[in-house]
Amino acid sequence: MVSTLAAELAPLTDVSGILPLLWLVPLLPLVAAAVNLFLGKRLGRFAGWLAVAAVAASFLIALLAVRQLMGFSGEERLYVLHLFDWIAVGSFNVGVTLRLDALSATMILVVTGIGLLIHIYAIGYMHGDPRYGRFFAYMNLFVFFMLMLVLGANFLILYLGWEGVGMCSYLLIGFWFEKTLNANAAKKAFVTTRIGDTAMLIGIAMIVMKFGTLNFDVVFGTANSVLSKGAATTIALLLFAGAVGKSAQMPLHVWLPDAMAGPTPVSALIHAATMVTAGVYLVLRAHVLFEVSGVALVVVTVVGLITMLYAATCALGQDDLKRVLAYSTISQLGYMFIAAGLRAYALALFMLVAHAFYKGLMFLAAGSVMHGMHEETDMKQMGGLIRRMPLTGVTFLVGAVSLAAVPPFSGFFAKDAILEVANQTGHQWVYVLGTVGAVISAAYMGRLVFLTLFGRPRSEAAERAHESPLVMTVPLVLLALGAFALGLLIQRTPEGSFTQWIEPLLGAVPKGPLGLPTTIFIAIATVVSVGALAATWVIYASGRVDWMALRVRLASLQRLFERGWYIDDAYATVLVAPGKAAAAILAFRFDAGFIDGVVNSVGGGTRRLASVGRKIQTGYVRTYALALFVGAVGILVYVGLRL
Amino acid sequence: MPLDNVIFWVFAPISVASAIAMLTRRNAVHAALFLIVNFFTIAVMYLLLDAPFLFAVQIIVYAGAIMVLFLFVIMLLGVDRTEASGERLFGMRTMAGVLVAAFILEIFFALRAGIGFATRAPGGFEAVNAPANTQALAKVLFSQYFFPFEVTSVLLIIAAIAAMVLANRRVRAVTQAELEAHQAAVADEGVPTEVLAP
Amino acid sequence: MRTPIAYFLLLSGTLFALGTMGVLIRKNALLIFMSVELQLNAVNLALVAFSRLNGNLDGQVLAFFSMVVAAAEVVVGLAIIVAVYRRSQSVDVDEARSLRW
Repeated sequence: MVSTLAAELAPLTDVSGILPLLWLVPLLPLVAAAVNLFLGKRLGRFAGWLAVAAVAASFLIALLAVRQLMGFSGEERLYVLHLFDWIAVGSFNVGVTLRLDALSATMILVVTGIGLLIHIYAIGYMHGDPRYGRFFAYMNLFVFFMLMLVLGANFLILYLGWEGVGMCSYLLIGFWFEKTLNANAAKKAFVTTRIGDTAMLIGIAMIVMKFGTLNFDVVFGTANSVLSKGAATTIALLLFAGAVGKSAQMPLHVWLPDAMAGPTPVSALIHAATMVTAGVYLVLRAHVLFEVSGVALVVVTVVGLITMLYAATCALGQDDLKRVLAYSTISQLGYMFIAAGLRAYALALFMLVAHAFYKGLMFLAAGSVMHGMHEETDMKQMGGLIRRMPLTGVTFLVGAVSLAAVPPFSGFFAKDAILEVANQTGHQWVYVLGTVGAVISAAYMGRLVFLTLFGRPRSEAAERAHESPLVMTVPLVLLALGAFALGLLIQRTPEGSFTQWIEPLLGAVPKGPLGLPTTIFIAIATVVSVGALAATWVIYASGRVDWMALRVRLASLQRLFERGWYIDDAYATVLVAPGKAAAAILAFRFDAGFIDGVVNSVGGGTRRLASVGRKIQTGYVRTYALALFVGAVGILVYVGLRL
Repeated sequence: MPLDNVIFWVFAPISVASAIAMLTRRNAVHAALFLIVNFFTIAVMYLLLDAPFLFAVQIIVYAGAIMVLFLFVIMLLGVDRTEASGERLFGMRTMAGVLVAAFILEIFFALRAGIGFATRAPGGFEAVNAPANTQALAKVLFSQYFFPFEVTSVLLIIAAIAAMVLANRRVRAVTQAELEAHQAAVADEGVPTEVLAP
Repeated sequence: MRTPIAYFLLLSGTLFALGTMGVLIRKNALLIFMSVELQLNAVNLALVAFSRLNGNLDGQVLAFFSMVVAAAEVVVGLAIIVAVYRRSQSVDVDEARSLRW
């Protein structure tokens, strides 16, 4: 069944109130970014507060706009704001047009709201950094691009934002570029996502070829009639390739763990809450194309499933605090793609929102832990921190439990709704593997929490850890509240209020008669999550098991997980090394040797020619006279012969 | 044999011979004198071609003024100066000889193809030269060619002034140091390359 | 006059060629200059011959002007040769070859 509901939405016209000022939402962070770029040094500490103010203002306007939008009925919840024409060539028109519907409304609230909390946190975290102003300029610039990505009404604006967030990600990952490691991580992120971006661009080009326009309404409204199954599959898979790159799914996932080299607020904002979710947003936005294809949806689910399981195992083997969270993000994004592949778009979106809360929270809390441990990230050095950093510890715990999908935390309502849909619509293998993944997720979360917060401090830094300042802990508390209560507030069942909010745009969540009854389902889910947590408690925190010895015994397994099943190393050998060798040949042998040689030989040849030619200037007047006479005689002969 | 034929065939070889002689003399004064002989023969040619005025002017101006000037300068610069005999530039003499021969041959063939060796001077030139060559020339010169005439007179003045400027040597007292330096240079190298500066 | 005009012209061409030979072969600046004068005279002869052939006085006038200009030229040229001699004490044209490769 193809969802054509998107075409049935009639855009609002003649609207007063805050909605016509929608363009302020992306513009304010852009202006603040520009100010911070040029005047950052002079603003000093004020640069951070300026950035916060810009995002706060954006959040406020977004809130009011969404509230106004909610006032309209379901079929009318679409506001299109055309700012100006961008490309007008023949019959191909693309404008800078913003589009506010339920999907983009949700996204801008997430971006500006959670972005606001992260910006406030960053004021404390980046305090004293020599390039303080520049940091906040980049952060605001990122917010601008992300907002353009989700507010765009056509594929070109989306692509503009897509590329922009990629660039900002590069700038921010490599923010401390004095260390080569960070610079390399930034480069790796950019190049890897580029692969996906290129495929996506080809997909967009195909859309232009098939539809003659990039406007969402036109494309999605007529996709069913214009595209054949093959064409739809091709386009959908190309777009999905872009999503795979941006959302760090397999096989383009290798950049995200290394991207943890960037400052923690960057990891929280970009690599947990917003940029990596752009891929999910894209699939949700273009779901019509995926549905026309059919095959593409299966591909999405399979990729999500494999990635989810793979990343979960890898997270289990990491010792670095942030790398656990990175692999966890990859795994959770896999869940979102599974949901999208099952056509439960509303559930995917809700998980996106919930994940933004609890993953963002966990990254910020991890940053707070690192701050207290003087930038140490090795979990083996931590322990017993919950007594020394109570606020950080408790919020960290809240986030972890939410991710482990223990009811009534929001993560439970997110993840298990997806599994329930899989179960009820007959995709039992998705359900089983998803549950296995849930067990592993709970396990690595438990390991993370218990190693860092509980037990005895295992190093001096852990013993002397201290709590972080208010400007860092207050956002933690606010995010923890969201991580706990979000599900209870808006999505208690798969057909909760959130789903109903999204439904007119993205279609209903599939339901089926099969599968287990709901109560049994919830029981199984709770048991596996809590059980995994209990098991890890016993191993890591209770002191009854010597986990260090266990680790040594399973050393090769642990190393397999830690190295990401050696995929990164495989890439390095198979792709990177030949690429570098080819580049070296091209740069040094071909360009410097051959091409420069050709150019130089032109110059050399000219010189040789000149050194021969200049011998004509003998300096003797008589030879010049001889030349004259020779010419005269020659002309005479020529004329004489012609006559 | 008509008289003008005889005169021509006597003076033409003298002309060529004196030209060749001028080319081959080592001594500059001898060469100048042979050139004067050549000018005389050319003057005779003018006479044969019914240009008596030019005959006179040729002798007066060329042989009488220009060659005298030449001889002045030759004497000024050293009358016994002889030219070095070797040819520094490789192949110059051969090339010159070949080219000259080619040139003469070309003229020969051009004449043969053009006016031909049979065309004689057309009659009726006496009418052009009426009442006499000088008066006829004057009539043409001061009417049709008046402007070039004035210009050449200006040219002569300019030439005179230029010569005065170029050859002028400002006199200044030569200091004792310069004199000694000059004598030392002469003693060292024989021929001084730089004369005491004006 | 019974001599065909062509002989005068041939004589003129021969004298011109010999004058060029002198320019090419001689090294003394004065002798080169004299060869140039020979060339000019040869041309004058050709002009007068053509004038006789065509039946008007234009050639003779031109030869006359040529003589005047040649006189002026000799004056200036000799002055230059004297000035150069004063500088370098030599009239050999082969000595002046610093403007070379």
